[in-house]
Amino acid sequence: MPGPIDLSIWFLGTAFELLFVVCSLARKSFLTYLFLNLYLLISIAVSTGRFVFLQSYGQGSSQYRYFYYYSDALLTLTLFCALISLYSRVFGELRTGEYVKWGAVFLLLGTAGFSYAVVAQSAERLSTDFAYELSQNLYFVGLVLTYILWGAVLKLRETRTRLVQIILSLGLYFSGYAASYALMNFSGRFSIIRYICPVLGCFLPLSWSLTILRNSEESRLVPAQLVAVPR
Amino acid sequence: MMAVLIFLASVATLCMFFASYCRSLVASSSRHPLSAEVRDVTGIRNVATAADYARVVQLLKLCPERQEDRAGLQAVDIYYSWLTVARRMLAWIAPSLRSWTEHEQACCAYFAAVTLDRRIAHSREMLTHEAEL
Repeated sequence: MPGPIDLSIWFLGTAFELLFVVCSLARKSFLTYLFLNLYLLISIAVSTGRFVFLQSYGQGSSQYRYFYYYSDALLTLTLFCALISLYSRVFGELRTGEYVKWGAVFLLLGTAGFSYAVVAQSAERLSTDFAYELSQNLYFVGLVLTYILWGAVLKLRETRTRLVQIILSLGLYFSGYAASYALMNFSGRFSIIRYICPVLGCFLPLSWSLTILRNSEESRLVPAQLVAVPR
Repeated sequence: MMAVLIFLASVATLCMFFASYCRSLVASSSRHPLSAEVRDVTGIRNVATAADYARVVQLLKLCPERQEDRAGLQAVDIYYSWLTVARRMLAWIAPSLRSWTEHEQACCAYFAAVTLDRRIAHSREMLTHEAEL
């Protein structure tokens, strides 16, 4: 069973996810950010499911582990869809929706194929290994895609405050996640590091909620102020 | 070795996204006109300067907090500290950096002044609401 700090961070994260959905509904932006809301709703359902499995079978049980890895893959897939929906919004005015859609499908199939090739050697637990590998690779693809999207935002001189801040929060989340995973690899003995990933999980919905609360859909910012060196 | 490289690259990306996030927060308040009251109390006439920041933050501490602007203010405060370090450490390498960091810090000061304006307006609204009850 996780300790009190783990549980507190877990419940706080779920509360922030719920906060974003409530804020979207209150600000009438639920459909505008449908995929972000779907991601967080699925995340709330997954958190609830994990807690039920944890209570019923325990942390070391195979039931909990199966549920954990499959639900993690599902969550990463939904986050990938949410990221692609942000691409569609940024490139929406260029009428490149079809290209974005097909590009996303191609990238997803490519990542799935690569993940399968990596785990294909081990016949044992192929499906769980595949779910884990797919999840990890999609996170990496997500980081790269967010970086490219931020480049596009600057290049296209995007002015929509909400969209810009949502993309930046996602960039912070992905890069923080990658940094904490790398840190865990070479200094796993410090117990505080294991709290970084769950805290980052709290940061994303909180930051999105604040963006929705602070800015209206009509809020605009001066694109020249986003780049360090004005062009 | 690979983990160290990935870590350094991720931290660099993290810093870049954080700075951009703070700049977007500051940019979103740049069009907000300051009320005459806040202009008087902060001493900011038309354009804020880097030196105004500390004074405005002191004034902010005297005002009742609003939950929704606390996180943004903390983020901009960290960004301001980074800029102070950058000005002190790097300005002698590239003198042009001094004017750039001063401009950025002035933007942070304006953001803090806008937050003060919002807090005062919010407190006033609360008082009016309580008086009505």
